[in-house]
Amino acid sequence: MSVISFIIGIVLVVSAIIAIEAKKLITSVVMLSLASLLAVVSFVLLKAPDVAITEASVGAGLTTAIFLLTLKRLGRRESE
Amino acid sequence: MKKAIAALIAFLFFLMFVNILNSDSEEFKGIPKFGEVNLTERVSNKYISKSVSGDSGEIVYGKTENAESGSANMVTSIVVNYRSFDTLGEVTVLFLAATGVAILIGGGQRKSLAISVNPIVKISARIIATLLLAFGAYVFIHGHLTPGGGFPGGTIIAAGTLLMLVADDKKRTSKLLKILEGTMGFLYVVIGIAGLLVTGSFLKNFLPTGTMGNLFSAGLIPIIYSVIGLKVGAELSALLDDFFAEEGRK
Repeated sequence: MSVISFIIGIVLVVSAIIAIEAKKLITSVVMLSLASLLAVVSFVLLKAPDVAITEASVGAGLTTAIFLLTLKRLGRRESE
Repeated sequence: MKKAIAALIAFLFFLMFVNILNSDSEEFKGIPKFGEVNLTERVSNKYISKSVSGDSGEIVYGKTENAESGSANMVTSIVVNYRSFDTLGEVTVLFLAATGVAILIGGGQRKSLAISVNPIVKISARIIATLLLAFGAYVFIHGHLTPGGGFPGGTIIAAGTLLMLVADDKKRTSKLLKILEGTMGFLYVVIGIAGLLVTGSFLKNFLPTGTMGNLFSAGLIPIIYSVIGLKVGAELSALLDDFFAEEGRK
């Protein structure tokens, strides 16, 4: 259990740093989604299923969709 | 230079958190180690054993009747029963956020597509959206028994609506969504005022809580969670619908 949670934690931190540092906004959005998915796994490992199901539906699902729709609107004005 | 400073600050924060997490010792009482908390000397034990207003004995799943809070899911019993007023505030925050989005970008015309969506995509999107809607309703109706509740259930419903929106030619949802949202928000406050009139405190559970673990138990909790689920689902669906409005054209 501890090895898996260590790997998940390291990948989570790395994906969060990539989400901040990425040049393209779309990469940031995808990496943020990956970070929330890994957060869901770590919540399940920490025995918090309530938080996990909320994070899975809100963080990994709807927020990504809303970010992508916002990027689509921004794309017309800002050449990124 | 900027990045070096940022890395230094992040490292300092890391050291700070490590220090705080290891701060529990003999002479200085800090945050206890993971898994080593003695719950019996803490306030949270009262909420876990459902004995906030007096000792109610041992709680057994499927047997205990008329417990203080009839919800088998501990988190739900706190979120919708003991701290229901907080949840009302949360719902208000979400309502204000959705209203802001609607004011900023909503109400425009929809872009008409040159090519209509493939019928295969349309029909399969409808099938999957139906399953998503049913799953969302399941999550918020069983919020007092299993993990989940109004907020994730509503979000899953909104995901189903997003699928329907993407596969729809006109990119529109029903206008009834905003009416449903307003009615459900009103209903939550009405339930609270009913609790005020019946028991003397706002949002208090005034229905019998029944046997713990049954679907029809926990009094007001399933009703309030259904109201929240429908409200959040309608709200987020209307928000996603606003995002498909075309910019600058009313």
